[in-house]
Amino acid sequence: MSEEKSDLIDVQIDGEWHKFPKGTRMIEACKEAGVEVPHYCYHPKLTSPGNCRMCLVEMGMPPRPRPGDDPAEPDEDGHLPIGWMPRPVIACANTIAPNMGIRTTGPLTEECRRGVMEFLLANHPLDCPICDQAGECSLQEFSVEHGKGESRFREQKVKKPKNVDIGPRIRLDDERCIMCSRCIRFTDEIADDPVLGFTDRGSHTTLAVHPGHELANNYSLNTVDICPVGALTSNDFRFQMRVWFMKEVNTIDPNCGTGCNIVVHSRQDEIYRITPRENNDVNSAWIPDSHRLNYHWINSELRLTDPLIKDGKSHRQTSWEDAIELSASKLSGLKGSEIAIVASARMTNEELFMVRRLATHLDAGYVDIVPRMEKSDGYLISADRNPNTTGAKLILGLEDPGSKLGKIKDAIIKDEVKALLVLQENLIDDADFAAEDFSSLEFLLTSYPMANPTAEAADVVLPGACWAEKSGTMLNVTGRLQRLNQAIDGPGQTMQSWEIIRDLIQNTGGGNGIYSTQDLFNLLTSEIPDFVGVTWDQIGDLGMQLVDTGETIPLLEKERQRIAKGLIVG
Amino acid sequence: MAIVVKRPKLKWWEHLYLPAIVGGMRVTLGHLIKTLSGKKKVTMQYPEEKWDENLPEHYRGAPALVTDEQDRERCVACQLCEFICPPRAITIKPEEIPSDDKWAKVEKRPKAFDIDMIRCIYCGLCEEVCPEQAIFLRKDYAITGTSREEMVHDKERLYEIGGKRVGLVNKWNGLK
Repeated sequence: MSEEKSDLIDVQIDGEWHKFPKGTRMIEACKEAGVEVPHYCYHPKLTSPGNCRMCLVEMGMPPRPRPGDDPAEPDEDGHLPIGWMPRPVIACANTIAPNMGIRTTGPLTEECRRGVMEFLLANHPLDCPICDQAGECSLQEFSVEHGKGESRFREQKVKKPKNVDIGPRIRLDDERCIMCSRCIRFTDEIADDPVLGFTDRGSHTTLAVHPGHELANNYSLNTVDICPVGALTSNDFRFQMRVWFMKEVNTIDPNCGTGCNIVVHSRQDEIYRITPRENNDVNSAWIPDSHRLNYHWINSELRLTDPLIKDGKSHRQTSWEDAIELSASKLSGLKGSEIAIVASARMTNEELFMVRRLATHLDAGYVDIVPRMEKSDGYLISADRNPNTTGAKLILGLEDPGSKLGKIKDAIIKDEVKALLVLQENLIDDADFAAEDFSSLEFLLTSYPMANPTAEAADVVLPGACWAEKSGTMLNVTGRLQRLNQAIDGPGQTMQSWEIIRDLIQNTGGGNGIYSTQDLFNLLTSEIPDFVGVTWDQIGDLGMQLVDTGETIPLLEKERQRIAKGLIVG
Repeated sequence: MAIVVKRPKLKWWEHLYLPAIVGGMRVTLGHLIKTLSGKKKVTMQYPEEKWDENLPEHYRGAPALVTDEQDRERCVACQLCEFICPPRAITIKPEEIPSDDKWAKVEKRPKAFDIDMIRCIYCGLCEEVCPEQAIFLRKDYAITGTSREEMVHDKERLYEIGGKRVGLVNKWNGLK
């Protein structure tokens, strides 16, 4: 296989000769040569039925000499003259051949594109003002580039079902559908839940769910992303915001150890939607619905916005200075062995590094994180629902994360631990703790984005920034180092964990000298052995393999098999 | 190159300036007498008197939303006016039209539509960009208020100013 790959063949694209590996699809060769071939049905992660006909291009091969004729003479570069075929071919499902010529411009290709666009638009409704896809719609884009600009169609447009409820998270508008079948292939090939299909073949072709079924699998919203038009729209995002208003930030999903690459779309510090970002070493081009939709709490009323201090039975609002000063004075009176720290594997590497500094500085008796082990779904969701367990193990030196939580609880009850710092965790809901367990503590500090029972019991409650409000790096289950980028600003007085810990260290007599996450990253990459030498630019948008944990992502394994079989491009 | 302007050559009686002063005073006194005798009115007593009926057809006053012959609110909350508005005076919050509504097939309408009249510069781009003929600049120009909140026109106020407009293209007809 690898030998074949190195077999480069000559292909002429729009008059220029390029070299591509054997077996490359014509459309991919054009893309690599910087020539865009418009397409609707083709998707590199799915099989190519070649049914939209938008990618028609002119193709030619060196003609075979007639019997008795001498073979044509190659030119000075060794290329044979090309005999152009009178009919166009689709670029998506055909592979390149030696000395092949492809023309993506010229009267034949242009006329084909104009014709296909005219057919697609004949029945397409003109409801772009109310369509969520407007602004990122391939039909809009290609009709501007390749369409006629006006319609010759004088008859009535075909009526089809609109606003169809085909699943709990998806709405279907059949009039907008251009029958590319991407969604059908996705549910069949990737999600293994083939519930979609076409009925009423002909000019009334209708996309529908099979009777008695609904499109409800946990990857269904990916069909909305790959739908080139507005036929499939997300109920969650429906009519919330027009796409051109939103700021897009590339970051990673913090809901499990896979760390799916995502784009966060926000406007004025409010998140409106999350879409997957292609990364062939992490999440291919997909993301589970459960992770995609888990963002509404970020803008909710339950967010903690100000530092709180316990005053008798209830909490009162205070300033950061007072909250940190009070915490520092409580901690300074205690011996190191009387202090326990529970950090979180939802923290970035930089924040965990600060936890490590704090633990060393206070000489804390216990440091641990809250584990979140569940079952993998066999696709993208990892069994580990913490996004950065690998980083926590490396930085905090934990062998078996969560194993010390029980000991911490016992030590609190035995009065050996007098102060507990719970950073970005909620021990009552997410670990085996109860409110009574904290009653014998002298001092309990928590930082968390949301109001929660542990904060209810705490002496000092600090509002921590959530994942969308901070930058840093995380290590996924496979050991890939990826960037988490800040998409929005936190509400009220929220602070990022590293700032909180820095201020705690400073107020308990430690040094400072850290002013940005960049400073922190530089410290991390000079002090932690596994991270030494890594630069911020090196990580890039797609991350880099830092360590090898031996873990794999099931969906990627399946994808590799399909690529090996030649079913998809990948 | 500098241009040399030729100065006019004045006669000796022109150098005295007196004839010009007398001529000017005659015009002034003429106006004074006409005004005092009530023959001519110079000042319009705004706001008791208004010039409204003389406003030209293309006058650009306050932007407002309109309903059509069928009392349908024409705005579908596409937010193009919000996008085009140079001073960002418009804020729209869209919502889905409930399925039991008479106009459920239109699917989308504004839940809130605010125009901050302190920001509005009466440029008319919102009217120009609207694909549904839903927003028009009316002849209302005296937009006043005693607080900033009062100067923000909400959806209700906008429909009140805009009223019903007939003869527009009916995109959402029986065929659609």
